[in-house]
Amino acid sequence: MNSFLAQEVSIAWYLLLSAVLFSLGVLGFLIKRNLITIFMSIELMLNAVNLSFVTFAHQWHAVKGQIFVFFVMMVAAAEAAVGLAIIIAVFRARATLAVDRIDLMKL
Amino acid sequence: MNGPVLLLPFIPLLPLAGFLFNGLLGRRLPRGLVSLVALAAPLASFLIVLHAAYLVWSGSLPLPIGGQDAPVWIATGALHVDIGFVLDPLSLVMLLVVTGVGLLIHIYSVGYMAEDESYARYFSYLNLFLFFMTVLVLAGNALVMFVGWEGVGLASYLLIGFWFQKTSAADAGKKAFIVNRIGDVGFLIGMFLLLANFGTLTFTEIGAKLAANPAWQGGVLSATALCLLLGATGKSAQLPLYIWLPDAMEGPTPVSALIHAATMVTAGVYMIARTHVLFDHSTFALSVVAVIGAATALFAATIGLVQNDIKRVLAYSTISQLGYMFLGCGVAAYSAAIFHLMTHAFFKALLFLAAGSVIHSIGGEQDLRKMGGLWNKLPVTFAVTTVGVLAIAGFFPFAGFFSKDAILYAAFLQGAQGKVLWFVGLVTALLTSFYMFRLWYLAFLGKPRSAHAHPHEGPASMLVPLVILALLSICGGWIGIERFAGFLTPSVGARATDAGSAHLELMLSIVAVAVAALGWFVAHLLYQQKPDRPAQLAAAMPASYKLLSNKYYVDEFYGATVVKPLFAISTYVLGWVVEKALLGGAAWLLGGTATFSGAILQRWQSGNLRSYAAWLAAGAGAVLLFIVIPWSTVLGSLFGIHINAAGH
Repeated sequence: MNSFLAQEVSIAWYLLLSAVLFSLGVLGFLIKRNLITIFMSIELMLNAVNLSFVTFAHQWHAVKGQIFVFFVMMVAAAEAAVGLAIIIAVFRARATLAVDRIDLMKL
Repeated sequence: MNGPVLLLPFIPLLPLAGFLFNGLLGRRLPRGLVSLVALAAPLASFLIVLHAAYLVWSGSLPLPIGGQDAPVWIATGALHVDIGFVLDPLSLVMLLVVTGVGLLIHIYSVGYMAEDESYARYFSYLNLFLFFMTVLVLAGNALVMFVGWEGVGLASYLLIGFWFQKTSAADAGKKAFIVNRIGDVGFLIGMFLLLANFGTLTFTEIGAKLAANPAWQGGVLSATALCLLLGATGKSAQLPLYIWLPDAMEGPTPVSALIHAATMVTAGVYMIARTHVLFDHSTFALSVVAVIGAATALFAATIGLVQNDIKRVLAYSTISQLGYMFLGCGVAAYSAAIFHLMTHAFFKALLFLAAGSVIHSIGGEQDLRKMGGLWNKLPVTFAVTTVGVLAIAGFFPFAGFFSKDAILYAAFLQGAQGKVLWFVGLVTALLTSFYMFRLWYLAFLGKPRSAHAHPHEGPASMLVPLVILALLSICGGWIGIERFAGFLTPSVGARATDAGSAHLELMLSIVAVAVAALGWFVAHLLYQQKPDRPAQLAAAMPASYKLLSNKYYVDEFYGATVVKPLFAISTYVLGWVVEKALLGGAAWLLGGTATFSGAILQRWQSGNLRSYAAWLAAGAGAVLLFIVIPWSTVLGSLFGIHINAAGH
C-alpha cells in the first residue's frame, strides 16, 4: 500500500483519463437528443480539460494551469446558470427539449 | 504701401462671404437682410477697388502690386504654383468694370427679383459669380485664373438654369456648361504647354522669358496661343463655340446683363490680353484671333437682323461686339480691345437691364412683335435705351464710338489683311446700327401691337442703375484711347499708331458714323415709315430669310455632326456593348457565382444543433489529424515527394 502511494502515477494515465472523458463528452453531445444531457456533456468536456490543466500544472510545477482551472470553473458556473435559464425558456416555449425539433435558426 | 496689398484678397473674399451667408442661411432670413448682405459684399469690394484706383490715379500707388511672397499652393518638383493676386493696370480696369457694373446689377436685381421665391438663392449665386470673376481677374498665374474661369462657368450654369423647373432653362444651362468644357480643354492643354516650355504658369515670368528671347517665334508658341484661343472662344462665345450664348438668355435678365454681356463673356478677351506676349510672338495665332473675331462679328450681326426675341437680339449683338474685341486683340490693339470691353460692359449692361425693365413691365413678354408704343409709358427706360442704342451703334460722342473706332483704326493700319478686316468691321457696324434701331422702333415706337395691362416703370432700385449706366454709356469713352492705352501700356504694351495719320483716324471715324447713320436710316425706313415692308422683304427672299432666322442651321449642323454621333456611340457602343454586355455581364457573373455558391452552402445551415456540432467535431478532428500526421514522412514513403522540413 505504501509503495503504491509512494509511486507516482504516470502523467500519461491522467491525460488518458482526460481524453476519455472529453471523448465521452463529445460523443454525448453528438448523439444525445435531450438538451439537458447535451448540456451535461459540455460540462464533462470542460472538466476533462480541467483535468489535463491540473495534470500539466503538477508536471511542470507551474501554478498558471491551476489558476486557469478556476477561471474555467467560474465561467462554467456562469454558463450553467445562463444555459439552464435558456433551457427553461425553450421548454416553456416549445414544450420539448429535443434538439431535432428546435431548428428554427435555419434559412 | 502694405495696405492695398493686404486688401487685395478681400475683393474676392467679401462676395464669397456673401455667398456663404445667403446660400446657407438666406432661406430662413427676411428679404431685407438677404438684400443687405448681398449688396454689402459687392459694394465693399467696389469701394476697395475704387480706393486702389484713386491711389493709383493720385500717383501714390505704383502698379503692379502683389505677386510676391504669395502663399504656396502646389510645390512638387517642376510645378510650383502660388495663390498670387496681382493688381496691374489691366486688372484694375477690369476690376472696376466687374465690381462696378456688378454692384449696379445687384441693386437692379433687388427690384427685378423682388417677387421670386428663390430670392436668397439668386443673390448667393450672384455673389458667387463675383467671387470667381474677381479671382479670375486678379490671378497672377494661369492656374489661379483657371480656377476663376471654371468658377464663373459654374455660376453661369447655375444662373442660366435658375428657373430649373423650366426644361428649356435647365437644358440651356447644360448646353452652356458642356460647350464651355470644349473650350476649357483648350485652356488646359495650353497650360500644360506653358508649363512644358516655360516651367512656370506665372504671367510675369512667362513675359520675362519671352522678352529675353525675342527671336523665339511661332512653333510651339503658336500651338500654345491657339489652345488658349480655343478656351477664349468658348468663354467669349466666338465661332465656332458661340452657340451657348443665345440659349443662355433663359436665365433672369439681370444675369444676362452681368454674366452674358458685361463681364463673364469678356473673360476670353481679358485672357488673351493677359497672355498677349504669347500672341505677340506668333503672327499666325494673331491672324487667327483677328479672323475669328471679324467673322464672328459679321456672322452674329447677320443673325441678329431677324431675331424677334428682344433678349436674343441683344445676345447676338453681344457675340458680335465680342467679335470686335477679338478683332482688336488680333491686330495687337489690346488696349483698344479692353477699351471696347469696358464701354461695351456699360452699354450692353444698360441695354439688357432696359430690356429687363420692358419685359418686367409687360408681364414677361419678350417678343418684339408684340411690343410697340411703349415710349410714353416707360419714359425712363425709353430714354436710357436710346442712349444705349446710340452708344452701341457708335454715334459721337457716345462711349461705343470711341472704342469701336479705336479697334477699326488699329485694324486699318495692319496692311492688306487689316483693310479686309476693317471692311468687315464696318459692315458689322452697319448691321449693328440697323438691328439695334430695329429693336428700338419695334419695342418703343409705333402703335402697341398687343394689349398689355398698364405697363409701368419698375421701382427706384431698377431705375437708378439704369440711369447710372446710361451716364457711363455717354461719358465712358471720353477718356480717349490715347490716355487709356497709355495707362494700360505696362500690362499690354504700347498702342501702335501711324505717325501723321491723325486725319486718317478722323476720316475713318466719319465713315463709321456715316455707316451707323445709314443703318439707322434703313431701320427708320423699314420699321417706322413702312412697317409692312420687312415682311414683304422676307417674302421676297425666302431662302436668305429662312437661313438667317434659323441661325444658319448651326445648331442643327452641330446636332447632326457632333451630338448625334456622340449619342449613337453612347447608346450603342458604350450603352449596349460596354455597359450592358461587358459590365452587365461581369456583374451578372459575379452576382450569379455568389448566388449559386450561396444556394449550395446554405444547406449547411440546417438549424440542427447536432449537425453543427458534428461539423465542429469533424473540423477539429481534421485539424488535429493535419497537425499530428508527419506529412513529409507519409508523402515521402508513398509518392517519393520530399517537402522541405522547414515548411513544417
